Amino acid sequence: MTSAATPAAGSGAGSGAKVGPAATKSRRRRRVRILTRRDRLVLAALIGVPLLLDLAFVWFPALASVGLSFTSWTGVGPVHLKSCNAFHTLPGLPKPGCVYGVQNYHQAFTVYPAFWPAVRHNAIWLGVFILVATPLGMLFAVLIDRGLRGSRIYQSLLFLPVMLSLALIGIIWEFVYAPDRGLINTVIGRNQNSNQIDWLGNPHLNLWAILVEACWRQAGYVMVLYLAGLKAVDPSLREAATVDGANAWQTFWRVVFPTLRPINVVILVVTVIESLRAFDLVYITSKGNPLRGLELLSVSVTQSIVGETQRIGFGSALGVVLLVISLVPISMFLWQAFRREER
Amino acid sequence: MAVTVTDAMTDARAVPRTRPNRRRPSVGRISAHVFMIGVTILWVVPILFALYVALRPKEETDRLGYVSIAHRLTLSNFSEAWTQSNMWHFFVNSVAITVPAVVITLALASGAAFAVSRIGVKFNVAMLILFTAGNLLPQQVIITPLYRIYLAIHVPHFLNSRGLLYDSQFGLIVINVSFQLGFCVFVLSNYMKTIPREMDEAAIVDGASLWTRYWRLTMPLCRPALAALATLLTTWIYNDFFWAITLISTGNKRPITSALQNLQGQFVTNQNVIGAAALMAAIPTLVVFVLLQRQFIAGLALGSSKG
Repeated sequence: MTSAATPAAGSGAGSGAKVGPAATKSRRRRRVRILTRRDRLVLAALIGVPLLLDLAFVWFPALASVGLSFTSWTGVGPVHLKSCNAFHTLPGLPKPGCVYGVQNYHQAFTVYPAFWPAVRHNAIWLGVFILVATPLGMLFAVLIDRGLRGSRIYQSLLFLPVMLSLALIGIIWEFVYAPDRGLINTVIGRNQNSNQIDWLGNPHLNLWAILVEACWRQAGYVMVLYLAGLKAVDPSLREAATVDGANAWQTFWRVVFPTLRPINVVILVVTVIESLRAFDLVYITSKGNPLRGLELLSVSVTQSIVGETQRIGFGSALGVVLLVISLVPISMFLWQAFRREER
Repeated sequence: MAVTVTDAMTDARAVPRTRPNRRRPSVGRISAHVFMIGVTILWVVPILFALYVALRPKEETDRLGYVSIAHRLTLSNFSEAWTQSNMWHFFVNSVAITVPAVVITLALASGAAFAVSRIGVKFNVAMLILFTAGNLLPQQVIITPLYRIYLAIHVPHFLNSRGLLYDSQFGLIVINVSFQLGFCVFVLSNYMKTIPREMDEAAIVDGASLWTRYWRLTMPLCRPALAALATLLTTWIYNDFFWAITLISTGNKRPITSALQNLQGQFVTNQNVIGAAALMAAIPTLVVFVLLQRQFIAGLALGSSKG
């Protein structure tokens, strides 16, 4: 019975057309009725298993983050659902897990030295991605899309860094930035002991040095996304603009760019999320230790769980800060992607 | 939505269009060439420079610096990195994590995508939103509780001698699958929506079961999208650094990308060997770059096209 239905989709579609209006009229009801008990079990498994994994390992931790951020849990012992004021702790002993109110947030905002630098650095990261990497990637895409000779080679080589892991990128750029024998310092003659520039160590420089690495990769990513968008632009639009006497600059900004709106939203979302996720480059460059000038929210979160003293509550609070910020681009993307279906 | 899913697929493969004005070179065209050549050179310099240093003996670069004419090029740094750091072992770890993770992700994601896009299940849009949004969260939002969850879940000893999900390669597969599911469900459900409804209706008339419609009718039609996603996922999971650093504490169990951090410590006095090790770790991604670049780009285009 099932084997009869299997051969090629083409013949299936053909006979489907013959069924015609009668089938479409009762489409919705039929589909429900047509599911046998076995079908229902299969359906439940098909949707249930992925949903369960997504809920258990992504959404549950995300919500647990919010809950734990109001506790003082250090990972030792249970979490009590009582206020921390009810516990008298002896000095030197770790606090039990208890309800801590907004103390973690308060500490992060006022006492924790890395918090505001981290926020500033994440913001700079985002700013550089928006102001440097994105326009650069867009420029690459526009030039390649014009069909320059050899544009395939340009595209491939500019895209190469996107394929590499960020850990690897961090390592290969160390040769460029090495203070005593690196590419930059040797070329600009600052490789003597007296005048070396410590690109990755100097807290005023290292963020910018790492942002060069990050943009090196991000521009290729943006380029590919824009290329996909540009290739889908109806050529007759451009022809019409040219006939009307628009130059290349006007054609792009007034005619082509507005049609790229969906891609622009995707790129904005990707950019914000990537700036919040920024971690690997900094971690590999600082060899796993916090390094002044390179504080990031993601690094602070990781520090609170991999260190010797775990600060689960505090780390969760930092995670919630990331969560709240990331909800903005996430909702933007969801609104764009799903508003049709919602109607 | 300017780009349909299928358009993005074919367009990503299409060769650049030839324009009629290609014959007469204008000032703009020449400066565009000059700019692109300059940028492209700038872009490959860091990689070639790392390769150049990795090919030179440490004694020589110690004496002359990195920016100097090479007297001797040698593969000894590569062989030293390979033998002394047990790189083969880390590669095996990477394969043992990446291959199952990619296969399981695609299998589960295609099933979920089929259910939400081809069958009118209740809350299908809500579920799709859940999957999609989950993939967009920064990993650091979930890592703190996830770390405690991993310490709390016990697994059979054949999966991990410590008996925990934490510090096990199985755990790494689980989180990679769970986290990447969202993206794949999103892409595949968009792709499946482009398949005509009539195909399912005809199959139902012929008495096909739900499983048959999923596995033998819909899946074969999704091959292009599955191939693109497989390329993308392989690269992403192979390149993963964060999950392996936070959820695996035993250095020996780590996949190659995160093991680079251990190698950095091991060869701290010999940067040339670290460079060689890093470049060897990149070989699988470079193979993907050379052979499957179009698939990779098609995957990215698919992810960005809907919306």
